[in-house]
Amino acid sequence: MEGVNFLNDKARTIRRDIIQMISGAKSGHPAGALGMADIFAALYFKILNHKPEEPDWSDRDKLVLSNGHISAVRYSSMARSGYFPVEELKSFRKLNSRLQGHPSYKDLPGVESSSGSLGQGLSIAVGMALASRLDNKESKIYCVVSDGELDEGSSWEAITAANKWKLDNLIAIVDRNKIQISGNSEEIWPLESLKDKFLAYNWDVIEIDGNSMEEILEAFEKAKQIVGKPVVIIAYTVPGKGVSFMENNYEWHGRPPSKEEAKIALEELK
Amino acid sequence: MKSTREGYGDVLVELGNDRNIVVLDADLSASTYTNKFAKEHPERFFQCGVAEQNMVGMAVGFALSGKTPFVSTFAAFVPSRALDHIRVSVCYNNANVKLASTHAGLTVGEDGATHQAMEDIAALRALPNMKVIVPADYEEAKKAVKAAADTFGPFYIRLGRNKLPEITSPESPFEIGKANVLREGTDVSIIACGIMVSEALKAAEDLEKQGVSAEVINNHSIKPLDYETILNSVNKTGCVVTAEEHQINGGLGSTIAEFLVQNNPVPQEFVAVHDTFGESGKPEELMEKYGLTSKDIVRAVKKVLGRKV
Repeated sequence: MEGVNFLNDKARTIRRDIIQMISGAKSGHPAGALGMADIFAALYFKILNHKPEEPDWSDRDKLVLSNGHISAVRYSSMARSGYFPVEELKSFRKLNSRLQGHPSYKDLPGVESSSGSLGQGLSIAVGMALASRLDNKESKIYCVVSDGELDEGSSWEAITAANKWKLDNLIAIVDRNKIQISGNSEEIWPLESLKDKFLAYNWDVIEIDGNSMEEILEAFEKAKQIVGKPVVIIAYTVPGKGVSFMENNYEWHGRPPSKEEAKIALEELK
Repeated sequence: MKSTREGYGDVLVELGNDRNIVVLDADLSASTYTNKFAKEHPERFFQCGVAEQNMVGMAVGFALSGKTPFVSTFAAFVPSRALDHIRVSVCYNNANVKLASTHAGLTVGEDGATHQAMEDIAALRALPNMKVIVPADYEEAKKAVKAAADTFGPFYIRLGRNKLPEITSPESPFEIGKANVLREGTDVSIIACGIMVSEALKAAEDLEKQGVSAEVINNHSIKPLDYETILNSVNKTGCVVTAEEHQINGGLGSTIAEFLVQNNPVPQEFVAVHDTFGESGKPEELMEKYGLTSKDIVRAVKKVLGRKV
């Protein structure tokens, strides 16, 4: 059983990878990726029932990353847990790379679906959960969505669907970092109370500090036990977590750090 | 006489014994006839309400999990309502999703313009990996659906509301990417799809009486296109009339024109709806008013013959 220290260590490594990948590519989305490093470390190193050496193992848990722009955190987590060589992270966003700017299903085994256009992944996860049920599988279907993504009406169609079919093998995670491209989410497109909305759709809701490994692990254990309804973990994360000049600054949603900025960031993440 | 949507509903029940088939509908199953499948295989039928984007997304989830999903609603709603999901989640994933939309075109009738999909072929053939099939009658619809189930990858099958004359039979050939020459001729190639195939055959009869020998091709496979059959025909006849229940912009005619302009640019006339919305009316009245009858095909043939060099 992987402990909190081990996982925090992994998260730190993932954060370093994110900075290096995005500055190396001179493009990418640091804020959300950094904010979700703890949850991804937990998923890839503890929570997911998966086999990195066998990405299409038929009984695996599935993880759909619906807000595909934070791909860097997924790629790092996959490489560090053994899906492909860490060296390959350098090819992020480059021509002919398997590590496309937004995850590509056809290019990289282990990516459960391409994503990038918001508001689609949760519906896909619903379909996967229903298929899993038809096949009597024990698999859990995890779906990460961003809070900005919940602006899309199609997200709420999926949330309704999960309620209709009482998908208790579906666990959604909302990256509630309260930023999006143009600024602070509640000013751009107010969604509070997000918790009440999910409750109204008959989901179970677990709210956590999305950067606390203890709370993350506890939330996933609880979520896995829920019967009869889908569950959402609303994870309040700090966008840009780990890099002082990025934290809570929406301008880092899609801005790559320069070489100098990356150097400072990596120092902080030693 | 039966409709292509009946063909869909009937063959789905047969295919449904394969436990990999799942069917999704958006509150229209009594009209799309997926209700027949729903009755036989209720555990694999998913009523998705009036939420087409989610329905398409769910189908992708099924497909990526090894199932073969058929997705149905009116052509007025899928593709247009869910086009981004189709582009990214279906086509970019090359997911094995079969979109079978019914009530396509002007002949939906009294429901009027909002329900008359006439841009669906244009929208979908622009997407890589998407195959576009427009069956001409009940029997062909059954074959098209079965072929789609047996062939990996995204499909769009365009079906209609009304009962149609029988053009094909259970024994006539059907292959994705192959067009069928229904009637041989030497003066003009009439290339049609869907309900316009029978209009084309009627037109050919009339033309024969007037001394014009028309070749009639049932071009059910818009994408992939049967380049060989089209080119052979056009090399022989030297001019083309295309006929479709769709806007002139971007449908069958445009598909043919794109190909011919690169290989044998001959005069072509388009029988189609000329960039206008439809309206309420009886199907026959609408076909008359919007220029989709055999008479319009005859007129187009005479015009194109006049343009032959």
